[in-house]
Amino acid sequence: MSVAQFEAVESSAVSPQEAAGGLGRDALRRLRRSPTAIVGAVLVTLFVLVAVFAPLLAPYEPNFQRLDLIRPGVYPGPSSEFLLGLDQLGRDELSRIIYGARYSLLIGVVSLTLGAAVGIALGLLAGAFGGWVDSLVMRIVDVMLAIPSLLLAIGVAALLGRSITSVMIAIAVVNVPIFARLLRGSMLAQRRSDYALAARSLGVPRSRIVLQHVLPNSLSPVIVQGTLALATAIIEAAGLAYLGLGSADPSIPEWGRMLADTQNSLATAPLLALWPGLAIVLSVMGFYLLGEALREALDPKLRR
Amino acid sequence: MSLLEVRGLKVHFPIKKGIVLERTVGAVRAVDGVDLSVERGRTLGIVGESGCGKSTLGRAVLQLEPVTEGSVVFDGEDLGTLKPAAMRAMRKRMQMVFQDPLASLDPRQSVSSVLSEPLRTHGEKGPYDKRVRELLDLVGLPSTAANRYPHEFSGGQRQRVGIARAIALNPELIIADEPVSALDVSIQAQVVNLLEELQQRLGLTYVVIAHDLAVVRHISDDIAVMYLGAVVEVAPSDSLYDEPLHPYTIALLSAIPIPDPEVEDVRERIILRGDLPSAADPPPGCRFHTRCPFRQATRCHDEVPVLREIAVAPGHQVACHWAEQVHSGAITPERAAVPAADADGAAAV
Repeated sequence: MSVAQFEAVESSAVSPQEAAGGLGRDALRRLRRSPTAIVGAVLVTLFVLVAVFAPLLAPYEPNFQRLDLIRPGVYPGPSSEFLLGLDQLGRDELSRIIYGARYSLLIGVVSLTLGAAVGIALGLLAGAFGGWVDSLVMRIVDVMLAIPSLLLAIGVAALLGRSITSVMIAIAVVNVPIFARLLRGSMLAQRRSDYALAARSLGVPRSRIVLQHVLPNSLSPVIVQGTLALATAIIEAAGLAYLGLGSADPSIPEWGRMLADTQNSLATAPLLALWPGLAIVLSVMGFYLLGEALREALDPKLRR
Repeated sequence: MSLLEVRGLKVHFPIKKGIVLERTVGAVRAVDGVDLSVERGRTLGIVGESGCGKSTLGRAVLQLEPVTEGSVVFDGEDLGTLKPAAMRAMRKRMQMVFQDPLASLDPRQSVSSVLSEPLRTHGEKGPYDKRVRELLDLVGLPSTAANRYPHEFSGGQRQRVGIARAIALNPELIIADEPVSALDVSIQAQVVNLLEELQQRLGLTYVVIAHDLAVVRHISDDIAVMYLGAVVEVAPSDSLYDEPLHPYTIALLSAIPIPDPEVEDVRERIILRGDLPSAADPPPGCRFHTRCPFRQATRCHDEVPVLREIAVAPGHQVACHWAEQVHSGAITPERAAVPAADADGAAAV
């Protein structure tokens, strides 16, 4: 076989599907084939739809009360009228779970956006300039990393009062160093790559090398982390609310708080603890599965 | 006048210690005083084992590594003295081909984007389609390759893309850092032939860095042999292979098997003992004396040999105190039975 034929065979090994598009399409194709991604996507879509269309889906208003049906320690369980029963204050549990999705999503998205935006900005600064800028930014990030999230949440709550805003700020601050470190590390690796060197040898200005070559190639882990961080944000929001660091307003149907409220009636109405717990587990699992699938799909080492 | 003139080039990488207050505790002398010159239209091969500083030398010539000392003069201009804007304009005239073709291409860039980037960078107006097709044609790729991405190609094809990018701006000098070592042996010849063909067609000057002696011999007019950051021998290609003068070159060439069993059986091979000494702490005197089978007492240890032309071989430069004696056979290599123990501790590496 001649040398030319060898190379022809080698190149024809590329599948026609793959030849059709670039990296993004390649990743999407693999996502569609992954059962993990499908389960995750279904859970996430369900969660988002429930949150967005809560007023249409919920049979009652979240604060509609039937005080006449409850007595201390005795709360009606599931019935045809109230599918998941009534809570300690005589409100429809199902409606509150459905409305609760809104708060979880709101806290998750806002705190993630805030934290990721600041973190990415810091990471970009450190990764793009290196040197003393890098050292300075990373020391600031180290300080942030050293603060336990719970302590921070207590501090923010003390400063701004107990509210959803305090929770979002606390979670955002926890996310900042994670994103900053991730992007910076990823960019440092890409900056040392041959293609960055090739761009330098062509005389491409540094700003363009960083923004057009290094940054886009450094984003994969950040996207994956974003999905995973949404899951963590939901857990953290629930945890903070459970500990009484969330909103002080009892009318807000927040899953973590609903879970906390069941403590005294756990013996008589255990199902009331099950529903918010299940809601938290399913939504978090959805984001985790999707994140894991994304990680696999975007990993260049697994690309075929 | 030579197109490229390298004088006393040194690239030292500082070794730093401490977290907050960094202090320099030493330096890796990757390139430690190299003089070279390349005439226009010629090819200089640079050979040496891994870690001898040949890649760093290539990058330093293109000012991609900070030069510690010495100068790189390209077409009469000292690159070290150019302002950033002038240097950027100068880059148009000198380009690089990389070892790993996949790593040297941005995975998110289509081939047409890769090839139009140099044009855009140097202010040429689009559309670039015509030039992209022309470049693809020059390197033997179909014009349909323009819309594809690096991961869709084979190694050889990727290297063709890398070469097309390097010639996009009609450069005069191309530094090829191990241009074929990452490729299948069956593809290597094709790429080497492509490089030669382009040289003739476009009048290119090459510096080809490689560790494969056969590749270098095939493509080079002159060859420089590097050892531990310094050039130990420079000679026209054939003269170097027929009549190596430096003990290191002699050892390197003796490692190439000869495809004739009878000759191969009786052939004398010199096997170097020990590893390459650390570039952070190179041996005193002749850098090679810790491993040299021809080493002579005291002088090799005490005195740094300079690169000089010797009478017996005109046009052939060598950095060895005993080149004449080694050449005439007055000094013979030590037998392998002699233990590698050496006062300078090379054996301890």
